[in-house]
Amino acid sequence: MYRSTPTTTTLSRVQAMARTPSLLQRSAATISARTIATASRAKLNTHRRQQHQQQLPLVRHFSVSHAANNAEETLVEREPRETMEYDIVIVGGGPAGLSAAIRLKQLAAKEDTEINVVVIEKGGEIGAHTLSGACIEVGPLEELFPDWKEQGAPLNQPALEDHMKYLTENHAIPLPHPPQMNNTGNYIVSLSNVVKWLGEKAEELGVDVFPATAASEIIYNGDGSVRGIATNDAGVDKEFKPKASFTPGMELHGKLTLFAEGCHGSLTKGLIRKLKLRDEGKFQTYGLGIKELWEVDPAKHTPGKIIHTMGYPLDYQTYGGGFIYHMEDNKVSLGLVVGLDYKNPYLSPYKEFQRFKSHPLVSDLLKGGRVLSYGARALVEGGLQSLPKLFFPGGVLIGDTAGFMNVPKIKGTHNAMQSGILAADSAYKAIVTEGLGEEGSEPIVLSGYEEAFRNSNIYKELHEVRNIRPSFHTGLGIWGGIMWSGLDSMLIKGRVPFTFQHPHPDHAMMEPAAMHKPIDYPKPDGEITFDILTSVSRTGTDHAENQPVHLRLADKTIEVRENLPVYDGPEQRFCPAGVYEYVDDEAKPGHKRFQINSQNCIHCKTCDIKDPAQNINWTVPEGGNGPQYVDT
Amino acid sequence: MSSLRILVGVKRVVDSAVKVRVNSAQTGVETANVKHSMNPFDEIAVEEAIRLREKHGKDVVQEIIAVSCGPAKAQETLRTALAMGADRAIHVKTDDNLEPLSVAKLLSKIVGEEKPSLVILGKQAIDDDSNQTGQMLAGLLNWPQATFASKVDIKDGVLEAVREVDGGLETVSSSLPAVVTTDLRLNEPRYASLPNIMKAKKKPLKTVSPADLGVDIRSRLQTLKVTEPAKRQGGKMVASVDELLDKLRNEAKVL
Repeated sequence: MYRSTPTTTTLSRVQAMARTPSLLQRSAATISARTIATASRAKLNTHRRQQHQQQLPLVRHFSVSHAANNAEETLVEREPRETMEYDIVIVGGGPAGLSAAIRLKQLAAKEDTEINVVVIEKGGEIGAHTLSGACIEVGPLEELFPDWKEQGAPLNQPALEDHMKYLTENHAIPLPHPPQMNNTGNYIVSLSNVVKWLGEKAEELGVDVFPATAASEIIYNGDGSVRGIATNDAGVDKEFKPKASFTPGMELHGKLTLFAEGCHGSLTKGLIRKLKLRDEGKFQTYGLGIKELWEVDPAKHTPGKIIHTMGYPLDYQTYGGGFIYHMEDNKVSLGLVVGLDYKNPYLSPYKEFQRFKSHPLVSDLLKGGRVLSYGARALVEGGLQSLPKLFFPGGVLIGDTAGFMNVPKIKGTHNAMQSGILAADSAYKAIVTEGLGEEGSEPIVLSGYEEAFRNSNIYKELHEVRNIRPSFHTGLGIWGGIMWSGLDSMLIKGRVPFTFQHPHPDHAMMEPAAMHKPIDYPKPDGEITFDILTSVSRTGTDHAENQPVHLRLADKTIEVRENLPVYDGPEQRFCPAGVYEYVDDEAKPGHKRFQINSQNCIHCKTCDIKDPAQNINWTVPEGGNGPQYVDT
Repeated sequence: MSSLRILVGVKRVVDSAVKVRVNSAQTGVETANVKHSMNPFDEIAVEEAIRLREKHGKDVVQEIIAVSCGPAKAQETLRTALAMGADRAIHVKTDDNLEPLSVAKLLSKIVGEEKPSLVILGKQAIDDDSNQTGQMLAGLLNWPQATFASKVDIKDGVLEAVREVDGGLETVSSSLPAVVTTDLRLNEPRYASLPNIMKAKKKPLKTVSPADLGVDIRSRLQTLKVTEPAKRQGGKMVASVDELLDKLRNEAKVL
């Protein structure tokens, strides 16, 4: 696997493919289309490099995001914002953020000291934006609350039986499952409800928890260290002008800021770029998980049953798989994860999920039931190879915003919580025990946290499985991956001197439409499979009207100019909420224009990850907007 | 102008953006684990009280009291009202299902204790859409009422309100004390800023029970069944007027 710059990689891939016999049979038209595609790819890559070199501007302005991304935003000098000072500022009220907050308060209570902690969360309430399968390990939860069961934590369904199946269009062939996928001792939960419970515990311990509060900007000191964050200006209209209800955002300053935004955090991505927390050529890779929660016929319900699937509906070139978890109360959580390194621009992860449900194994289970919730979220797949530096002056990265998910186990919650606990331990030591970070002193550089991580179970786990996901990147697709993974997980367990690398970022993996055929997806039947807008209505997502569109385009013309002709407009397919459309342009008959239905957005971050032009920038909308997930 | 005390009623309801569904027992809507927030019309009521204070000054509008009747979690809604600008809050705590008449009785008792000059309520709650509490309260207190208000002002102790009625807009005036219920176009509620949310935690919140107030909150209505609306059937195309008549007579049986 090579780590050359994107341009040479593109050319060498085209050359490599030229050697395969099937290429000679393609028409001249297809080959010339590809050449055009390669040339435009080269242009795109240059554009991408230029974008990556942009710095976050330090001048403040009325908009709620970076001015550099939208030249039309008015740059106005503004009055200084109100500030609130804390010891620790935590951005994100998910498993990692709340675990860190709880741990800090527990340490302070034990030693009879004080530490001021604030958690801000963009969801309308804690848990509103939390979505997962989920089958979680309880180790870190027990570390925080040994008596979690007595305290009423909503972990009510122990995992009882594990199954692994390979699906063809009509059959389900049982497979031996690798040892990591053994779920004894784990619980099938709604992660949203577990996070809600953690939020209540954090408040009881005295953490200031502010839901419906979006962090839209990082505040840096003059020396480049992180001072804290600023929340959104509220009451700004579509044209970035203040409305009557304009309420300026606030700055929250902390001796340390813990970024816990989850996969592909909107602030974290800028932070990693600006502070160069990843080496040149390193990047994160992702998957998109789409799920539904169903209430099924009790006769078909087996509480505690876990099924993982591979194969149908995904082809051998596309990484991913399905899951079916039987929860309590006749509820079943099921979904499909699609690796976002897929190549076919005609692939629609949403429609693949609908096809998954129409497989007899799944449709038999769902017939006679009713669907309760729908949702989607990107997840981290890069593993150890993609981790950025975890600490920097004034802050750290915890949870999936760094990327601790164990991909073969498809579990990341326990690692996220563990990382929150480790960060809390180091932060407490630095601030309370050692008295660092006082006004006027040096910013805190929490190297102890990264050290603790390297000695932790998280590192051991991720190191053991580091070669499994990348083994799927070869031309053998999932077959190569299954062969290597079987060997690695059963025998080798990661004890090799080499580490496979991810060849390209996900957005560079998409191939031009000319190289693929459109996929003929079946129409939804309205009982088991649904159209995308019906599904979106089940997320409870809403965005206040007349606010700036939170999906920003660096170049307003690229989508129609390049993505549509070269990739056939993949945005209309990879978004699981129907945000992006290419519609007829009334002003220019015969042409299309790119429409962003930002109100549908469910904050999954896939567009920011998968756009081949890397033109779409996901920024945070007004706090409280976005999905209202229930029991997900 | 003499000083006013304003009482605002707020209710914790299922958030307007949530897609509700009927619970498995068919007794009502599923509310467990579902996001709740302040009734939008009540937000407008709180906002109007605060705007009256901003317009006439703290000497005239002496105090804004927020009241909510409901379970323990109703306190969150009261904290939101405090964060928007109310001065103190009263929580009538009960886990029982409350009908508009019961709420009106509870509020009338609180009015008797706190003696406000103006009571502002939302015109209706978005969960039951009853549109009764304000009117019943005015009846119990024998006070004038200005419902569906899209404009409210007080001039020299006289309430002047513009009401949204079917025929257009109706301007009414009345003496104080009076009951006002708010309609959508009255104002756009403000965002509660973070410092105000923090300050709200320190503002006084008193909890009482219906028994303390001596009110019987027994339900007088029993809900028999709640179901989802019938699924929309596909339309049928007809080729001629005769076919239409035939279908209307024989299939739909409406002729």
